[in-house]
Amino acid sequence: MPIEIRMPALSPTMTEGNLTRWLKKEGDEVHSGDVIAEIETDKATMEYEAVDEGRIGKIIVPEGAQGIKVNQPIALLLEEGEDAGALEKFAAAPSGDGQHAAAPAMPPSGVNPKTEAPPAPAAQPAPAAQSAPAQVNGGRVFASPLARRMAQQAGLDLAAIRGSGPNGRVVKDDIDKVLAVPGAAAPPARAPAVAPAATPAAAAAPGMPVFAKAQVLALAGNLPHTEKPHSAMRRVIARRLAESKQTVPHFYLSIDCTIDELLKVRKELNGKSETRISVNDFVIRAAALALRQVPAANASWSDDAIILWKRVDISVAVALDDGLITPIIKGADQKGLAQIARESKDLAERARAGKLKLEEFQGGTFSISNLGMYGIREFSAVINPPQGGILAVGQGEQRPVVKDGQLTVATVMTCTLSGDHRVVDGAVGAQFLAAFKKLVEDPLTMLL
Amino acid sequence: MAENSFDLIVIGGGPGGYVAAIRAAQLGMKTGLVERDQLGGICLNWGCIPTKALLRASEIYHLLHHLDQFGFSAKDVTYDPKKVIARSRAVAKQLSNGVAHLMRKNKITVFDGEARLAGKGKIAVAKDGNPVADLASPHIVLATGARARSLPGLEPDGKLVWTYKEAMIPEAIPKSLLVVGSGAIGMEFASFYRDMGAEVTVVEVLDRVLPVEDEEISAFARKSFEKQGIKIHTGATVKNLKRGKDNVAAQIEAGGKSTDITVERVILAIGIVGNVEDIGLEGTKAKVDRTHVVVDEWLRTGEPGLYAIGDLVGPPWLAHKAMHEGVICVEHIAGLNDVHPLDTRNIPSCTYCRPQVASVGLTEKAARDAGHEVKIGHFPFIGNGKAIALGEPEGMVKTVFDAKTGELLGAHMIGAEVTELIQGYTIAKTLETTESELMRTIFPHPTISETMHEAVLDAYGRALHF
Repeated sequence: MPIEIRMPALSPTMTEGNLTRWLKKEGDEVHSGDVIAEIETDKATMEYEAVDEGRIGKIIVPEGAQGIKVNQPIALLLEEGEDAGALEKFAAAPSGDGQHAAAPAMPPSGVNPKTEAPPAPAAQPAPAAQSAPAQVNGGRVFASPLARRMAQQAGLDLAAIRGSGPNGRVVKDDIDKVLAVPGAAAPPARAPAVAPAATPAAAAAPGMPVFAKAQVLALAGNLPHTEKPHSAMRRVIARRLAESKQTVPHFYLSIDCTIDELLKVRKELNGKSETRISVNDFVIRAAALALRQVPAANASWSDDAIILWKRVDISVAVALDDGLITPIIKGADQKGLAQIARESKDLAERARAGKLKLEEFQGGTFSISNLGMYGIREFSAVINPPQGGILAVGQGEQRPVVKDGQLTVATVMTCTLSGDHRVVDGAVGAQFLAAFKKLVEDPLTMLL
Repeated sequence: MAENSFDLIVIGGGPGGYVAAIRAAQLGMKTGLVERDQLGGICLNWGCIPTKALLRASEIYHLLHHLDQFGFSAKDVTYDPKKVIARSRAVAKQLSNGVAHLMRKNKITVFDGEARLAGKGKIAVAKDGNPVADLASPHIVLATGARARSLPGLEPDGKLVWTYKEAMIPEAIPKSLLVVGSGAIGMEFASFYRDMGAEVTVVEVLDRVLPVEDEEISAFARKSFEKQGIKIHTGATVKNLKRGKDNVAAQIEAGGKSTDITVERVILAIGIVGNVEDIGLEGTKAKVDRTHVVVDEWLRTGEPGLYAIGDLVGPPWLAHKAMHEGVICVEHIAGLNDVHPLDTRNIPSCTYCRPQVASVGLTEKAARDAGHEVKIGHFPFIGNGKAIALGEPEGMVKTVFDAKTGELLGAHMIGAEVTELIQGYTIAKTLETTESELMRTIFPHPTISETMHEAVLDAYGRALHF
């Protein structure tokens, strides 16, 4: 019996992905550990390694296919001694669970009929864990009319609620229970299932009206245009940032830092060190040390308690051609400037190549976004939940400043903290920025 | 003396008990049932069923006195109370035999005798003080029911002062009657005896008749009863009963004023108390609170393996509630998957007086007290074609909706056949429909059920025929 190769879940949040490239073709030998395909997930392109040995008998999902559900079969592997005849038998077997997973797949334009109904072995028991809540199978959520209306009024996603009624039907009591939890009134519903036809799957954040494409075109008077399909990353950016702006109470504090001294120290260091240290590396180090000094700013909100992180992991925003990604400098307060510089360079390069490992970009306790290289003076960034803050760093530029009553010129960099006010109060944010400024303006203290 | 082991034993063969036993048998359990009197319990033998037979007779008698409106006339219409009672008893007997048949069909072993818990998982059955059987089962369901409550000074004597039981088998219809208590039992007897020709006085301690019903329904009912000639004293108590040879002198006190009346018979209908005595509860961890056994949502008592259902565990004292508790209890014991606790918000209640009264869910006042902003709908029978054609234009339907969610919180009906209609609203409530589905439901024309549709429309200012 051929082995099914299924779409892997390469991150905990991954429900579907795009098959970017096959590195093996039909007939190729596969050994355990071989990279057989590249899968584009939420945030990165990842390599998919084979677990089993054999020969690729059939590629079910072609290169370039998008929106492939996790666990959907993507290829068949022939075991040693099996020939192509096994594939036919396999295909003839009545399909079981595979149908469910396969149906929603969206093959790229130039549809490959093979993706339409991948076969599944009848004998193999259905992997129950693969499907979402049982009630959404087939797109229908079983819920009483009253529960539907209450969920709609409260902006709840019915598909995300466990039904306690007959056969798992969602009933009034279930909604009441959800509403009884403080802060549950507008949870981060990821809800395409409720009105599958009407809601574009992208950016399906709660309570957020999403324009259908036709609406957008109509409102703009059907101007000439081209369309760019959402990448998995674009969908995630849309969803997470919309969620963040809707559910996280942002507030903003700005501070001007004079960096002439920092630039001088940097020049000296770069003259002696092999590793080129950027201004941003100083910023990362200063932010990490400031978070160490003001631990209340290194925190996350949760329904039950504020989580104070004991490690300072700084996510650094890296712009990509189609979006952005935030690789992490872990334990940044424990790392010297040279190490931070080496790591951030390596991470940024691999981020642009789409080669980050999951653990390299998932997590982080605080973010830094630097648009100084684009000449931006100052800006406010959107918090990356569940982090409690993000520092937006502008360009270091020469500005007239008054010092000791005298007008003079200094290189000034404006930094803006976006804080989650549930976690970080204004005073705490100010303390953090003051500590940060002190470090930046007296860079030798950072070298200690 | 037999010794028997069972998977499940039910004590009490009333509607809760025998239904629990049938469900257990259906689920493959070896099931036993102990009944001390007659299968079917009070409901079938001395309650719901025989009174419905009596009320059918009084309804016919009432119609016979109103033939003129249909174009008929009849002279010297009389009845034989013995025959009326005999029919009621025959109906009860037929149904009790039916239960016996159901027990046989489901291979349930029935023991005739009084059961007493005799240690963990053990029951001793005795008849007239003589041991009949020792039974053993890991699961014992108590369904011993309840009996009429009495008050000091008002103790029933079976001759002049009756409980429901004597009231069901009178040798003759008394010329005058005092009914103490205006709940469902009291009003059904008041209605029956009034239509059969008795002078009836009703005394209610609370401020209105049928006090668990919606206030508007109570008021409507009172007006109806008084029009029929029933005298009603609310906020009143019976202070003293002086029992004579063939009559009773009663002192009725209301608002500091005292009225003396003399009646041939008195019916006590002032509630019921659970049959918690002499069943061996003392040696168990089961708790009793004011004559009712305390149970959790799965009808479990504090004693492992011991369950209780029906009137024994408390109000509402309704056969259909007992039956559902029996099924839930047994299915939970069997470990079935899709078992859900009884939703007490959706238990309908029916009173078969004339006019009939039926309701489900919250009254308007209860809904407001619970903090709901409400939308209220009304529809009178006078706006309904079928009711007028039947000559039954007296009645109304009232709906209570949550203004925000459209949840049907309660429905209240009074009038002809409403006891047959209330299930429509009960289904709606059980399925958690909102006003929207009810409005789109097609009710057949012409039927009295159309009043139910109109009462929904009216709550949203959209009634069509009024």
